[in-house]
Amino acid sequence: MRVELDNLSKAWDGVVGADRITLEVADGEMVAFLGPSGCGKTTTLLMVAGIYRPTGGTISFDGRVVNEVAPKDRGIGMVFQSYALYPHMTVFGNISYPLRLKRLEKGEIRKRVEQVADMMGIGDLLDRRIAQLSGGQQQRVSLGRALVKEPQLLLFDEPLSNLDARLRLAMRGEIKRLQNDLGITSIYVTHDQVEAMTMADKIAVMSKGVLQAYDIPEALYDRPKTLFVAGFVGNPPMNFFDVEVMLLGGEFHAKNESLDLIVPDDRAAKAAAKEGRVVMGVRPEDVDVADDSSPRVEGLTLSAKVEVVEPLGREDLLGVVVGGVNVRLLVDKTKRAKPGDLVDLVFNMDNVQFFDPETEESLLWA
Amino acid sequence: MTQPLEKEAQAGAAAGTSGVPRRTLLRRVRSTATAYGFLVPTMALVLTFFVIPGILLLILSFTNLASVNFGDPWNFIGFANFERLFTDRFFPKILRNTVFYVFTTLILFNLGLALVLAIVTTNIPRRAGFFFRLVWLLPRLTPSVVYILMWRRIGQAEPYGIYNQLFPEFLGASGGNLFLGGSPWTFVILTNGFVGASFGMIIFTSALLSIPEDLLTAAKVDGASAWRIIRDIKLPLIKWPLLFIATYQTLSLLTSFEYILLLTEGGPGLFTTEVWALTAYKRAFATYAGNSQWAFGATWAIVLVTVALFFAVIYVKLFKFDELVEEPRIDNL
Repeated sequence: MRVELDNLSKAWDGVVGADRITLEVADGEMVAFLGPSGCGKTTTLLMVAGIYRPTGGTISFDGRVVNEVAPKDRGIGMVFQSYALYPHMTVFGNISYPLRLKRLEKGEIRKRVEQVADMMGIGDLLDRRIAQLSGGQQQRVSLGRALVKEPQLLLFDEPLSNLDARLRLAMRGEIKRLQNDLGITSIYVTHDQVEAMTMADKIAVMSKGVLQAYDIPEALYDRPKTLFVAGFVGNPPMNFFDVEVMLLGGEFHAKNESLDLIVPDDRAAKAAAKEGRVVMGVRPEDVDVADDSSPRVEGLTLSAKVEVVEPLGREDLLGVVVGGVNVRLLVDKTKRAKPGDLVDLVFNMDNVQFFDPETEESLLWA
Repeated sequence: MTQPLEKEAQAGAAAGTSGVPRRTLLRRVRSTATAYGFLVPTMALVLTFFVIPGILLLILSFTNLASVNFGDPWNFIGFANFERLFTDRFFPKILRNTVFYVFTTLILFNLGLALVLAIVTTNIPRRAGFFFRLVWLLPRLTPSVVYILMWRRIGQAEPYGIYNQLFPEFLGASGGNLFLGGSPWTFVILTNGFVGASFGMIIFTSALLSIPEDLLTAAKVDGASAWRIIRDIKLPLIKWPLLFIATYQTLSLLTSFEYILLLTEGGPGLFTTEVWALTAYKRAFATYAGNSQWAFGATWAIVLVTVALFFAVIYVKLFKFDELVEEPRIDNL
C-alpha cells in the first residue's frame, strides 16, 4: 500500500507535535522515522494509525484520504515498544483477538493463528500466559498479533528498545527479513540511527516536529542536507568546526585560529562563495592518527593531545581537543594511543561537509 | 550489624559443625522475638477492641441481660434468644429487606453507577472528569444527618417535600406522596447508593487510569469498538478492584443502618424498610417500654456477623484472591 502524508500537522493548545510533514512511502517499502525523543515521530505514526486526529493536512492510503477513517478500518498492524499485549489473555488469545473481532469462524481463526505463530517461532507457546514469556517472546507475540490480520501497512513504534542488546540485533534481522518476505509497507519509528540505517529503505529524519530530510540511508550519511541530519545520522557523530574557506595560492583552505586544512576544490568552491564563517563537518572515520611510516602532508596534518581513549574492540574511539573543540575519531587499535599522548592527526577531506551557520543548511547539497 | 554476624559465622565454621546449630537456633529465637515484639502493639489493640468484645458479645447472646435486670448476675438462658430471633414474626421480612437492600444497592450503585461514573469521567477532558468526581464525592463529605435531612426535605409528602410539591401528579398514582410515603425503598437505596458509589468510583477511576495507553491503542488498531474495549480490555484489567469493591461493599452494606435510621427509622409502617443491622441496633439500644434488650440485640448482631463472615469466605473462594500472585517468568529467547 502506498502511503502519502501531505502537510500533516498536529498541535495541542499551541504545542506543535508535528509540523507540515510531507512524504510518500512507496508500496512494499520500509521507512524509518528517525529522531530524538519528542521530535514528533511517534505523533506522526499515531496519526497514520488513526489514534490522533490531525489538526492539518491529509493522510492518504493508495490515493484515498483516510483522515476520518477509524483505526480498525485502516488495515494496519501495530507493534509497540511496550509490546502492549493483553495480560489477561493467553498467547493464543492475544494473537487471535483481531480475528475474533472480525467474527471469523473458529477453525479459520485457529488455522491462521497457528500459521502466524509457527512463522514467529512461538507455536509451542500458544497456551502460555503473557507474564510467563520473556521480552523476546513477547515481542514475537506482538508481531504475530500485528501480522495475523494480514495488514496492508505495518507500524512499528520503537519495537526493539526494550530488548537487551543481543536480542535486539537478532530481532532486527528477523523483522527486516519478515518485512522483505511479506512485502508489507512498513513505517518504523526509532531513535536508534543504526536500526534506521540497517533496516529502512528510506529514512525520514525528524526534529522538533519538522521533517529534516527524507532519503535513502547512504544519501543521508554522505550528503546530509542539514546540520541536524549530519549530527544525528552516524555514530559516533560528525565533528564540527567553525572555519573560513578561502583561496590561497591556488588551493582552497579551511582556516581558523587553530587549524588550516586544504579542501578539495569541488567542495570548497561552494563553501568559499559564502561570506564569513561556515560550519565544517568531518566524520570520525575521516580523521586518523599518523604513525612513524605515514607521510605528513602539509595542509592535512594537525597535532593534538589525546584526552580520552575508548576501546571498541576492533578500533579505538579517541577524544582529542583541537583549538578548544572536542574532536572524536576512529582509529585502528594498533596505533595504541594513550591519554596524554601528543599525536599528529591526518585528515581525509574528500567527504568534508559545509553548512551555513545561520540557516544550518548544507552549502553542498541544499 | 553485618560485621559481628560474619565473625560469628566464621568462628562457627572454624570450630567445625558442632558449634553452629546452637548458635543459629539462638539467633533464630532472638530474631523471631524481635518480630513478635513489633507485632505486640497491634495485637494488643486488636485483642482489646475487637476479639475480646466479640467474645463478650457472643457470651452476652446466651443471657437475658437487659436494662431492667442490669446489676443482677448474668442469667444464662441457652439458645432462647436465637430461638426467639428465628421465630420472630418479622424475621422473614427483615431478612428479605436486608438481601434486597444489600444487593440492589451494591449492583445498581456501589458497583454499577461507580463503574459508569469511573468510565465516563475518564473519557472526558481531565478537568471535567475531576470536577464531576468531586461532585459525586459531596454526599460522602456531608455529615450524614445533614445529608439525610436534605433528602427528607425533598422526599416528604405534600406540602413539606419539595418533589411532591412540584410534581404532585408525577407518574400518576403517587397522589403527592411519592418516595418517602409511596415508595420508601427508592429513597433508601438512592440515599445509600449516592454515598456508596463514590468509593467504587475513586478506586475504579485510578484502576482505569493505570491501564497503559498502548494497550488501548493496540485494541483500537486490532479493530475493537469502544464497547468491546470496555468489555474485553478494561473490565478484565480492573477485575481485582471490582472484586474488592464487591466484597468490601457487601460487608459494609450488611452492617450499615444509619442512613435508614435517619431517613425512615425502618418505616413507614411496620418493618417496611427495616434491615438486620437496624434491628440489632433497635433491640440493643432503643427502648421497648423502658427496656433495652442488650442480650437480644447482641444475638441479632452475632447472627449478622456470622452471615457476613460466610459471605466473606464465599467471595474469597469464588474470586480466587490467591491467584493474584503471578507465576514467575521463564526468561529465554
